[in-house]
Amino acid sequence: MKVKQLSIFLENQSGRLAEVAGALGSEGINIRALSLADTSGFGILRLIVNDIAKARKVLQDKGFIVKETDVIAVEVPDCPGGLASVLNALAAEKINIEYMYAFVEKSSKDAIVIFRIENIDEGIRALLSKGINVLTAEQVYAL
Amino acid sequence: MIWNKEAECMPVEQRRELQSALLQKTVRRCYEKVPVYRKKFDEAGIKPEDIRSVDDIKYLPFTTREDLIENYPFGMFAVPMEEIVRIHSSSGTTGKPKVVGYTKNDINVWAEVMARTIGCGGAGKNDIVQNAYGYGLFTGGLGIHYGAEKIGATVIPISGGNTKRQIMVMQDFGSTMLACTPSYALYIADTAAEMGVDIRKLPLKYGIFGAEPWTDSLRKEIEEKMGIRATDIYGLSEIIGPGVSSECEVQNGLHVFDDHFLPEVIDPNTLEVLPPNTPGELVFTSLTKEAFPIIRYRTRDLSMLMIDPCPCGRTHFRMGRITGRTDDMLIIRGVNVFPSQIESVLLGVEGIAPHYLIVVDRVDSLDSLEVWVEVSEKVFSDEIKVLEALEKRIEREIESVLGLSVAVRLKEPKTIERSEGKAKRVLDKRPKT
Repeated sequence: MKVKQLSIFLENQSGRLAEVAGALGSEGINIRALSLADTSGFGILRLIVNDIAKARKVLQDKGFIVKETDVIAVEVPDCPGGLASVLNALAAEKINIEYMYAFVEKSSKDAIVIFRIENIDEGIRALLSKGINVLTAEQVYAL
Repeated sequence: MIWNKEAECMPVEQRRELQSALLQKTVRRCYEKVPVYRKKFDEAGIKPEDIRSVDDIKYLPFTTREDLIENYPFGMFAVPMEEIVRIHSSSGTTGKPKVVGYTKNDINVWAEVMARTIGCGGAGKNDIVQNAYGYGLFTGGLGIHYGAEKIGATVIPISGGNTKRQIMVMQDFGSTMLACTPSYALYIADTAAEMGVDIRKLPLKYGIFGAEPWTDSLRKEIEEKMGIRATDIYGLSEIIGPGVSSECEVQNGLHVFDDHFLPEVIDPNTLEVLPPNTPGELVFTSLTKEAFPIIRYRTRDLSMLMIDPCPCGRTHFRMGRITGRTDDMLIIRGVNVFPSQIESVLLGVEGIAPHYLIVVDRVDSLDSLEVWVEVSEKVFSDEIKVLEALEKRIEREIESVLGLSVAVRLKEPKTIERSEGKAKRVLDKRPKT
């Protein structure tokens, strides 16, 4: 149930994000979800794509620093209190969230939240025990 | 004000005789007391008795920064430790600084040449000297302090930093002379303006500024903003600290107190002594130092000597402003910085690529220091806090080596320019004029 995410180091410079997107697009790689975290000097782009190995190679060949990280994707009811129920499940087990980002999936009623947590197996257990739907990697890549 | 008329206005020929006698004494002292010099002289085939006048100085071997570092800490001292009353040092290159020692008499000599410096700058016993040079191992603070006391002035040992307090003291105590680096003087002036304080209306009349190269246009700016006369002073701890030379009110070159420190200018490539008014590398020989005598020290500072008489009446030969360096040393906020110091810190951080760039600029009239470092896969994390902690860690380590605050910027791989020959490690964006 672990999903592979790519993280890319970007300097805060105009056009860098466009280069990443362009390189992936021209190789037929589809971006499923993304988030960009930034500081005054640099940013970290986090991506979930349909073909992680290929995407990694394309970007590395372009000279980018790329890292693979395991994250989990959770289906959250797209309604008030939906996210709170998921977060409570993690909080109850004292599981700290390093970062997260969310997107709404167009073909279903649910939102999908990507979590990066320290102990991923514990996190998955905690969520499943509360009946929360944790997506498999295949489900996510195929979204 | 001329503090010591007899010494400062001595006829040139008379001083040459004095210099010759003192040089012979220093050479003998070095040969007898310091094995490093004995070895150097023997290798050059020079005996102390071969040196009969200042004209013979050209036969003596040079002393370099490397000699001092190799003999760290006390290997160049010419007296036993019981006679050393003070130690100062430069900031360390790759960890090892240049260490210098002073006897009681050396401190007196230092106070004497600093009293001359303060006199050159215009102040005397009725003045109040606000000493905003740092006190500590750096020679600036205590050098000014002893000189100001010797001349009979009132010293405010405020040291550097805390600019609003500097301005408050200037207002409340009625300081008449300010001593600090020229860039800090400008920073004080700008801060005062922001606070709505008009320094020109305060009693402040003189400023003696040194420890970093500056220009006539910066002088003009300081003089206008503060309503003072700004004087350039020069020194280096290897010779004594500040007090090696100073401008007078004519502001036309710095009088070298050459009854204590004998100047030469050489071609840094051929090592030949150059005639007056010809730019080259400054070389000094101490004539009266006891603890740490030094023979033909290559300062790496570029300047020239002027021997024509100065209207002020002082007969010392003068040196021009420092126009640059023959090595890669940077002077940032008065502190000597070698790129190798920063490199050694970076090499100690696992996973940091060997490519870096030191970016020096001037922000709000103060020097700023940035170090650009390329990120590698090894240190890259998908968490911001990890990368920020890495930046902070490198900043702290560089700060502890240099004693200067620095900002580390992480860069993408291969974004720092590679060069075909000697790597370009420094981008100095500070205005040159």
